[in-house]
Amino acid sequence: MAQQQPIISVEHVSMRFNLAKEKHESLKEYFVALLHGGVRFDEFFALDDVCLDIMPGDFYGLIGLNGSGKSTLLKIISGVYKPSAGKVTVRGTIAPLIELGAGFDMDLTARENIYLNGTVLGYTPKYIDSKFEDIVEFSELRDFLDVPLKNYSSGMVARLAFAVATMTKPDILIADEILSVGDFLFQQKCEKRMAELMSGGTTVILVSHSIEQIERMCNKVAWLDHGRLRRNGPTAEVTAEYKNFEKPKD
Amino acid sequence: MHSLQTHFANFWKYRYLLQNLITRDFKLKYRRSVLGVAWSVLNPLLTCLVMFLVFDSIMRGLRGEGIPNFAAFLIIGQLLFNFFRESTTMAMESVLKNAPLLRKVYIPKYIFPMEKACFALVNCLFSFIALVIVFVLTWTPVTWATAWMAVYPLVMLFFFSLGIGLFLSAMYVFVRDIMHIWEVFCTLLVYASAIFYDPEALSGVMQRLIHINPMYWYITAFRRCVLWGQGLDATMLAVCFLCAALSMAVGILVFKKNQDKLVLYM
Repeated sequence: MAQQQPIISVEHVSMRFNLAKEKHESLKEYFVALLHGGVRFDEFFALDDVCLDIMPGDFYGLIGLNGSGKSTLLKIISGVYKPSAGKVTVRGTIAPLIELGAGFDMDLTARENIYLNGTVLGYTPKYIDSKFEDIVEFSELRDFLDVPLKNYSSGMVARLAFAVATMTKPDILIADEILSVGDFLFQQKCEKRMAELMSGGTTVILVSHSIEQIERMCNKVAWLDHGRLRRNGPTAEVTAEYKNFEKPKD
Repeated sequence: MHSLQTHFANFWKYRYLLQNLITRDFKLKYRRSVLGVAWSVLNPLLTCLVMFLVFDSIMRGLRGEGIPNFAAFLIIGQLLFNFFRESTTMAMESVLKNAPLLRKVYIPKYIFPMEKACFALVNCLFSFIALVIVFVLTWTPVTWATAWMAVYPLVMLFFFSLGIGLFLSAMYVFVRDIMHIWEVFCTLLVYASAIFYDPEALSGVMQRLIHINPMYWYITAFRRCVLWGQGLDATMLAVCFLCAALSMAVGILVFKKNQDKLVLYM
């Protein structure tokens, strides 16, 4: 069997942030700081030399405590951040399941937002036309299509966001704690949809603080700790160690 | 060469986003207003009326004597300057305003200043109806043979504004003071753009100062085509083009150099 190429390869990626001691957003502040002995930056490595290969069809879970660099890694993979060092190669299309409502305009109606957000993700209006029924069906918002989004509940917005992001079969789906929103019925529906996408060959990367959810859905897990990749491998092994590590702290 | 091609392919992929954003802005601008799009015409028309009354009565001495068709002269300057101010100011804030989106998904960031420039152009084209109204009301003759040439200064002005918009939008993320500086600068520029006076009537030093201002050239070029029937000479063509090219070059350079850093400062 020929060696399969990883769909995402993360090679020695580091992400350095300059944490200004004080944030200077105006010239005056900046010059005042300059006079008081210079502008100091604290370097902070959100990610430190992370290597990770993700194979097509993997359902990868990312775990770690708050501030361990999970979201930063996702943002680098989806191209929002450029890493300070290292290289990320992505071989396929990415559909980011962005946080609640980002990319939605609250003054526009659901119908208008479906098109706006669809084009944000790079789809053509024609393509969105063809998927429109599916989206409406999935989000169960048919009666509210022409209501401005600001009158929606957050659960309704989440449903719409999920439906738009999964309208197509992307090669890679990135989900950052999206499944923690909505009622349990909708969560089940989302999980089902993700399982469907998986069977169609989509690679999924999921960030979640719910170990139980990770264990249920993922086949592989990467554990980040203070920006370093601590463990990486089959779900059962990594989560077992993660739980052991977390417990003594209680 | 190859990178230029990928750049263009990337832009082409997002052309619908550009189109959707313009539609959104247009819808939201006139939402809940009774007259709606008519304001695009009424607003410049009324502003112009005010300026006309001021400069034709109280401050008659200030504008210099002997500008024929003063109303038409005034509204051309007014409309073009409005376009410039609107597109640059909106573009400046556009990247930062879309921070929530840019922090989550990858979108080419230049889409936003570009969209604002396009949106301002659409607005400007609508407001040209006001121009037509003024021409008809004051019975100003139009030389059709040269009027079509006005497209040239308009297109060049678009690129000139876009370049500045790109520059401002990147800088604004780092230094928020720019907004206030730009506001004051625009106010200064109003008086230096020969909107309501004839620069030929000014003293030599003032005239030379005004000739440094690109806006003066765009407005004058437009007037020469539409109002005076003179068409464009080589100097006009060259100055309009060079200012646009220079502005685009600086804008693209600064934006490109900083675009990866922008998201870290939002």
